[in-house]
Amino acid sequence: MSIDKETVRKVAGLARLSLTEDDLERFTPQVAGIVKWVEMLGEVNTENVAPLANVVNIDLKLRPDTANDGGYQKEILVNAPESMEGFFVVPKVVE
Amino acid sequence: MAEIVKGETGDWEIVIGMEVHAQITSQSKLFSGAATAFGAEPNSQVSFVDAAMPGMLPVLNEYCVEQAVRTGLGLNAQINMTSVFERKNYFYPDLPQGYQISQFQHPIVGEGEIEIDLSDGTVKPIRIERLHMEQDAGKSLHDQHPAKSFVDLNRSGTALMEIVSRPDIRGAEEASAYLSKLRMILRYLGTCDGNMDEGSMRADVNLSMRRLGDETLGTRCEIKNVNSIKAVQMAIAYESRRQVEVLEGGGTIRQETRLWDPVKGETRSMRSKEEAHDYRYFPDPDLLPLVLQPDFVETIKSSLPELPDQKKHRFMSEFGLGAYDASVLIAERPRADYFEKAATGQNAKLVANWLMNELLALLNKEGKAISDSPISAAQLGQLVGLISDDTISGKIAKDVFAEMFISSKDPAQIVDEKGLKQVTDTGAIEKVIDEVLTENADKVAEFRSGKDKLFGFFVGQVMKKSGGKLNPASVNDILMVKLKG
Amino acid sequence: MTELTHQTIAAALTGLKKKEFSAKELAEAHIKVMADTRHLNAYITETPEQALVAAQAADKNIAAGEMRPLEGIPIGMKDLFCTKGVRTTAASKILGNFVPQYESTVSGKMLSDGAVILGKTNLDEFAMGSSNTTSAFGNVISPWKRSDGSNADLVPGGSSGGSSAAVAARSCMAATGTDTGGSIRQPAAFCGIAGIKPTYGRCSRWGVIAFASSLDQPGIFARNVEDCAIVLKSMSGHDPKDSTSANKPVPDFAAALTGNVKGLKIGIPKEYNVEGMPPEITAIWQKGMDWLKAGGAEIIDISLPHTKYALPTYYIIAPAECSSNLARYDGVRYGLRVEGENLNDLYSKSRAEGFGNEVKRRILIGTYVLSSGYYDAYYIKAQKLRRLIYEDFINAYQKCDVILTPTAPSAAFAIGENDDDPLKMYLNDVFTVPASLAGVPGMSVPAGIDAQGLPLGLQILGRHWDEETVFRVSDFIETAAAFSAVPQMIQKKAA
Repeated sequence: MSIDKETVRKVAGLARLSLTEDDLERFTPQVAGIVKWVEMLGEVNTENVAPLANVVNIDLKLRPDTANDGGYQKEILVNAPESMEGFFVVPKVVE
Repeated sequence: MAEIVKGETGDWEIVIGMEVHAQITSQSKLFSGAATAFGAEPNSQVSFVDAAMPGMLPVLNEYCVEQAVRTGLGLNAQINMTSVFERKNYFYPDLPQGYQISQFQHPIVGEGEIEIDLSDGTVKPIRIERLHMEQDAGKSLHDQHPAKSFVDLNRSGTALMEIVSRPDIRGAEEASAYLSKLRMILRYLGTCDGNMDEGSMRADVNLSMRRLGDETLGTRCEIKNVNSIKAVQMAIAYESRRQVEVLEGGGTIRQETRLWDPVKGETRSMRSKEEAHDYRYFPDPDLLPLVLQPDFVETIKSSLPELPDQKKHRFMSEFGLGAYDASVLIAERPRADYFEKAATGQNAKLVANWLMNELLALLNKEGKAISDSPISAAQLGQLVGLISDDTISGKIAKDVFAEMFISSKDPAQIVDEKGLKQVTDTGAIEKVIDEVLTENADKVAEFRSGKDKLFGFFVGQVMKKSGGKLNPASVNDILMVKLKG
Repeated sequence: MTELTHQTIAAALTGLKKKEFSAKELAEAHIKVMADTRHLNAYITETPEQALVAAQAADKNIAAGEMRPLEGIPIGMKDLFCTKGVRTTAASKILGNFVPQYESTVSGKMLSDGAVILGKTNLDEFAMGSSNTTSAFGNVISPWKRSDGSNADLVPGGSSGGSSAAVAARSCMAATGTDTGGSIRQPAAFCGIAGIKPTYGRCSRWGVIAFASSLDQPGIFARNVEDCAIVLKSMSGHDPKDSTSANKPVPDFAAALTGNVKGLKIGIPKEYNVEGMPPEITAIWQKGMDWLKAGGAEIIDISLPHTKYALPTYYIIAPAECSSNLARYDGVRYGLRVEGENLNDLYSKSRAEGFGNEVKRRILIGTYVLSSGYYDAYYIKAQKLRRLIYEDFINAYQKCDVILTPTAPSAAFAIGENDDDPLKMYLNDVFTVPASLAGVPGMSVPAGIDAQGLPLGLQILGRHWDEETVFRVSDFIETAAAFSAVPQMIQKKAA
């Protein structure tokens, strides 16, 4: 599977990265090269191998259902580029 | 009973699968300790985790897991001892992480089945495909400012159960019956308040059409924003008609997400959701697989309440109720509990009649819930007891009931205070009857000459004279003997 | 007061206790070096005022005879650890003005153990890089120079290059790092200092800005193994706020430094003898074996058969996780916002403007390998390889107690040398990435210098949760190697 500019453009769209034509020229061969390189994994027969997502051999611990966090609106909003009346503000979203 | 859509070219069948999002009743969010209460100040019930601040990590709420398992058991479904949280990646302003933590390939609950009750008295099984846990999104407000949207993350991270049915539903009636039954089960279990107005239960309808008799499924559309049972019915009516028109016009249905517009009464394509979404699910590396211990599930199983269908069948067999009465009584758990308490040691059928015909009607009229009833279950039982042991007549009982509803007094006290106790003493009854017969000698003669219809007149006079307190059966018997002379 | 900045933490703690100098004096000495070495660009944000306040508090405690484990010790904090009220950037423009309202668990533990934080150290943007040349705040320059007089600026390694440079330049006594594929071990080797990445799950990731969650692990740099042991103890421990943090007792790591390696089995993986490895690296590796053998350890040939697949596996898993972890930087709640015609435009412009090229490259790769139609071929395949690599280690540890390898395939290179080719840059991590994928602990210790006078490191890998043996063997090698080289700039100063 070789990667062309259109593929990179589409992937950049999914990742919400605005790329210029120059960016596309630069990134396309790099991404294509890396993806081609990782395809060497195809050499290994992994038919009976289960995927491994995490190496920490512990059980997932759960927390009790207690409302003991939140209640600090100011701290939540303090780094916001735009906020108003306790809300984050973004350009109008049209459904 | 499938609903048929009659088209120009023949009959069409509606095929529906439902996805219901039910907010889990919990104090705190699925992965954070922020509170879940409805209607707080914007962004006040938000932790750094919910706002997806850099470096923040999710920790799973044990109670939410318990509630999901409880719900799964209530849906007669398989509990998966290992489930996996995955990330569903997409950008939206009310989705702070840029992904929703959900379960995809390995949900906590697998296949199950519930029964729905239809108006013709039949029962139909609807298969459940799965139930999984996921985070709710925040809320965007679009009408506060001409050029801006406002984002409130209070709801962000609240625990949801997504309950997915198989495409077993065949029309608006079945869809509403399914939603009602599901809501009833969730409320019985106490895992979701089922409140569609506040958005704690929301439904998406996946609908496709096929020619009657076809076995294969057509292309479906997902209808969002159907936020009441009424809306579900209207959306199904509109969408099924729309699809038939497209198909009969030679067109094809595009698989897409459509939005129900309750104002215009139509569904429309949601282009924003359409553009190339590719959710790139993968296991959330901040979490490990959720492994349930058998005793965790067993403990929940042993604490499950009696479910609506079980209760219905028990009411029928134990109390001799008909299917309809039983299903009315079990529709809400507090109602069923009320009935059961009132019926204990009493004539259950009579209790059911009083509860459904009198109390529920009156409560409904006054906009009161059964939990706010001025007449306690025990008191209603006592009232029925007074009727059963002939202390008062059914007619007097209605007056007593009305008084109880106002004063919350025990029925026996009201009967005592007002001297309403029924007279069963034959001598006393004969005395009144004799007086009436004497006062109406002409009518007696008429009766005896064959005018049978006058019997009712005599009963009325006797009851009137006695203030309704005479035992009606005795009055009838004695009166008949005396009139026949 | 130069000598104050040249001592070890162990010595400084003793000196403070004996009141030979005050914590304030110790802090001031390091603050001065920090100012004097600003050309290295090791710090993004300096916090001398806060450091002095902490140092004065430390002096109070010392006077009261209540010394905490890191009382008064000047520390550099990688600018990936969120620090309450102190700007935290991840070396990215997108977080250029971000001020966390919370303290990461690790930095919080160090603070409550008495550490004096001098500032936030530079790094590769979002910890993505092996040379510290991807920072939005400029390259970090290694305090080391080649002895050929070329005067070329060298890389300090990456991603924790600011931390390694600062410790080597004596502007702090220890500095935190995070290691995702070698980001502590490789810079430690390049800068001639010690650095440990503990077992995945040993230190909490809460409040550490994520790169690749299943690989990221905080750790520490110091000028010797014992100092690393002292500080790591303070950083470690279960954190209920991190679901991947293990509830394991934290041993007294420093107590493991017995100087005795007799009877230990040292595994030498044949696959690490890669083609084209510089003879100096092979030689230092052999020296390591010889020292250990002389100390009574047994050298055992082992095989980690899937080693050559570790890098490509890593370059699927790490970008995949990063593409998702970095989705939160969207210009809505914090960070850089570039206004656009609509919301999507705002997202795309903010992210394009806010992220550098290496970050963008990895987001593109990660998004691609997770996308519909490729997920199984790339991501699932990589997870299967990860299991094979993990099992390689489990099998190897049936035969040996620790594994000895070179830390990096070369000494530090010049800034700009590998910039044109990302793949060539990725090869720097060939010896460190397998342990990251397996989650085992690994340490780099300086073991010698090359012909150019640049430090070379040896890597000691241990079993899961067995940092103690890693420390013991590392300490033994450190003693045997008697590494005494220091950067020329320090020699000059000392002279």
